[in-house]
Order: sequence, then C-alpha cells, then structure tokens
Amino acid sequence: MRRRFSPELILSYTLLTLGSAVMLLPLAWMLSAALKPLPEVMRVPPTWIPEQPTLNNFVAVFSQFPIARYLFNTLLVSTVVVASVLLTSAMAGYALAKFRFRWAQALFLLFLTSLMIPFQVRMIPMYKMMIQADLVDTYLGLVFPWLVDAFGIFLMRQFMVTIPKDYIEAARIDGASEWRIFFRVVLPQAKPGLAALAIFTFTNIWEEYLWPLIMSGSDATRTLPVGLQYFNEQYVTNIHYQMAAASLAVAPMLIVFFMLQKHFVEGITLTGLK
Amino acid sequence: MLQRHLNRWAWVFVAPALALFALIVLYPFVYAVGLSLFDWPLLGEHRFVGLQNYVRMFQDPLFRKSALNTLWWTLGVVPPILVLGLFLATLLNHSAMRLRGVYRTIYFVPVMTNMVAAAFVWRWLFEPTLGVVNYFLRTLGLPAPGWLATTRWALPAMMAVAVWKQLGFAMVIFLAGLQTIPKEFHEAAEIDGAGRLQRFWGITLPLLNPTIVFTAVMLVINALRVFTIPYVMSAGGLTQLTPGGPLNSTRVFVLHIYDLAFRRLELGYASANAIFLLLVILVATVIQIRVLQKPFEY
Repeated sequence: MRRRFSPELILSYTLLTLGSAVMLLPLAWMLSAALKPLPEVMRVPPTWIPEQPTLNNFVAVFSQFPIARYLFNTLLVSTVVVASVLLTSAMAGYALAKFRFRWAQALFLLFLTSLMIPFQVRMIPMYKMMIQADLVDTYLGLVFPWLVDAFGIFLMRQFMVTIPKDYIEAARIDGASEWRIFFRVVLPQAKPGLAALAIFTFTNIWEEYLWPLIMSGSDATRTLPVGLQYFNEQYVTNIHYQMAAASLAVAPMLIVFFMLQKHFVEGITLTGLK
Repeated sequence: MLQRHLNRWAWVFVAPALALFALIVLYPFVYAVGLSLFDWPLLGEHRFVGLQNYVRMFQDPLFRKSALNTLWWTLGVVPPILVLGLFLATLLNHSAMRLRGVYRTIYFVPVMTNMVAAAFVWRWLFEPTLGVVNYFLRTLGLPAPGWLATTRWALPAMMAVAVWKQLGFAMVIFLAGLQTIPKEFHEAAEIDGAGRLQRFWGITLPLLNPTIVFTAVMLVINALRVFTIPYVMSAGGLTQLTPGGPLNSTRVFVLHIYDLAFRRLELGYASANAIFLLLVILVATVIQIRVLQKPFEY
C-alpha cells in the first residue's frame, strides 16, 4: 500500500525539509554575512540575500589571513598522517589477520584497548616530550601523535581477515617474496578498506584543533582550524570579516566532500557495520 | 620451518606499527600515570606526592563543576542525536522516498563543516540582540534568552550546536543499517498482522542493535572529550579570558584539563585529572556495551 503521495510520505518530506533548513541555515547565514558590509550584517530583521553585496570582506581577509599557508600546513599534515596510518595499519592488519603467530591475539588486544585511552591523557606527556626534543612549532611535532592509529589497525585487520588465503598461498608457492605478496596481492584486494580509512583519517586530522593549538606557536605551522580561530579573535566585533574567513575555511573540505560523496558514505558505512 | 619463516615476516610487518605505537601511545600513557603522582609544574621543582593529586582533585570545586557540566553535556547531546538520527533514517528508508541521496548529503554537510568555523557562526547566531535565533524566537512570540551571556543557557546553546554537528553522522550510519534489513522480514510480519510499531520494536531495533551500540559508544566518547565547541564559543578563544564561562558554566572536563596543564602549568595535577577522564570513558563504554548489547536469534 505504498502510494506515491500518501499522507505519511508528505509528512516525511515536510519534516525532512524542515530539518534540512536547520542543517543548512548556519552555512547560508555565514555565506550571506560574508558578502555584506558590516552595518547590514548587524541589521535586525536579518536579510538573507545581501542588499549590498560586496567582496570587500574577502579582499580584506586575504591580506590579513594567510589562508594559503594555513591550507598548505593542514594539507601537509593530513597527507603525511594518512600515509603513515595507511602504511602502518595495512602492514599490522595484514600480520594480525593472515599470520598465525603466537602473539597475534595479545597484540590485537593491546591495540584495541589503547583505543580507550583518550588523547587528553597522552597529550600532556607528549607536550613535555616535544619540548625536550625541541619539536614545538614544527611539522614533525605536529604530526607526531597521529602517526599510528589503533583504529586503523583494527579496521584493516577486520577487512583483511575476509581476503581469501588462496591467492596469498599460491603466490608463496610460486616463490614470490613477502613484500611482493603484500603489495601485489593483498593491498589491491584491501582497497575499499584503505579508501575508507584514508577518508576517515584525512577528515579527522583536518578538523584537529587541540593539539595544533598547543603545538603551533606561529603562522609557520598553524593549521586551518587554529588559524581561523586566531584570526577571528583579532577581529572580535568584525563579524563580516569573521564570516568571510570562516567561508574560506570551510570551502576546501566541503568541495572535497561534494566531489567524493559516494566514497564518504561508503567509508562511513563500512566502518560502522564492521 | 615454513612457520618460523612466516612468523619472522609477521613481526616484520607488525614492527613499524608497534614501534610507533610504543613511542606514541604506550610511553606517553605510562608517563602520564607517573606524572599524576607528582606535583610537577612546567617550570620549577617537582616532587613526588603519591595519590595526593587525586585527593585534591575530588575536593576541587572546579573539578566537580567540570565533571557535572560534562555529564549534562553527554546526557543532553547523545540521546537526542540517537533518537532523531534513527527517526530521520526511518523516514528516509521509506521505499517511495525519492530524494534520499539529496537529503543524506544535506544532513551530512554539518558533519563536514569545520568545527571552528561552525562554532563562530553559531556564536553569532546566538547573539542575544542581533542573532538569528532570537529573531526567530521573538517572531514566534517566545522568550529570547541571553544564551551565551547567561549561566543558564550557555551550555544548552553549545549542546545544540553539538547535536547539529553530529546528527547527520548518526543518520547516515542508521540509514545504512536499516537498508541491510531484508524487506521480507517486514513483509512477513505485516502479513502476520503486526502493526508498524510492533515491527519496529520486534524487527528493526534488534537487528539494528550493533549499529546503535556502536554509534552510541562513539557519541558518548566524543561527548566526554568535547573541547572545541566550548572553547571557541565561550571566550572565542580570546587568550586573555579563560574559556569556560560565564562563571564556569561551560567548563567541560577537557577544558578543565587544558586550563590546568597549559594555563596554570600544573602538569602533574592535570595528568591526574586526565587519568580520571580515562577511567570514566572506560567505565561508560563497558556499561553501555553491557546494557545495550542484546544478542538475538533469527
């Protein structure tokens, strides 16, 4: 009895659309304010379509807000972390999934329980370590806490357990080296898991705030979230500048999201259902 | 013989992860536990105080305020996300729903929006006189509170932002879970005369149980560790003011740890608080899994 326009369906559409408005409202406002001069931003009742659209805010922001630098830093940090996590997780996951050695269980359990340890516990000693190693305000210090991810190991292990052993053993019989087997046989079959992990890690690191806040003392290594907050705190009452900077800050990730939508959703469902 | 050769290779593959793990996770963790037993200011002499940090912690009114704030946060953020997320996912799962992909994308946009940017936008939206939220409330004839300037409404305002930000995440996961439930189950139950609600309780919820548990655990852990939203929205991160106001009403636990470690530079005491957070997360997760996880038969 699923008629196309049943009342329950209409109700569903209505509720979903109302919710959508709430979801998108802040971004719409942000963009609208970024394009308005300050007096119009402060106006009540608020105008949604700017009556005096202007690009001045963006111009002003560009000269004060080194967005290119912040973008570069964030991109660099995210990419390095993703590379490190993918490599270590794939290798460790492979070992734990496909090799029956005595410590496999124990190691897996060790990695798993470490997921319970919140970052905030490690952060204070790591800060001391970074000071002693003179790595504060450096890229290495910035990426340090995230180079290995127990969640990634867990994910890759779960994924690789499902890869049939036959190909691996056949390759071994043919005399292929273990590295060759790993790179030529195992990794290609693990692509969906790797993609999901890459997306998941990339977006998480991009959003990271607390550690970059602690680590970066200067614009040289500042990442986008910290840079945005630093910029905005200098322009406390200049809402139009804040919104312009915020618009610039959210743009990269949203663009990436729209281009790779399908992969994002697949990635999330993959991690969730495992 | 082959087994030994393979064993060696297993270790080779695990080695990088394990080495980094020891350096990045194990060593700092042990270090933190050790630190918590010391009175260790960043600059100056440190001395061993045993469990005194923990005793001091439980008597510290700021500790209790922060813990309470975090508790309210968790209780006020996680259930709404779970309920709303499931509700919206169910709506989207309707067989005749056409714009499923569109809605899914729209609801996921807040999840992909940079948290700092979102916090700044919402800070302005909640502005008492000029903000959009109060404008809407006044138009509807409802009271328009002072939100972030009041001790009563600052935390709820921030909690609303947290719900806004994470709702899409829950919805997408639940939708994926709902779509794995074979239609035959529902059809068979319908033939047997089961009503909509009965089918939901008897079929959907049990089958969705692992997904719900997973999402709940993740959301609770996130809630217990929340930092960015309160930090940015309370003082805007202005370095002169201590975030967590007004009057510590938005001082969540990680803000408390941050203040202790990086403003007051009391690394030992801060570590003790951090260890407490660890224990809370552990206990909360175990309780959730015990209570929520329900094995079922097909």
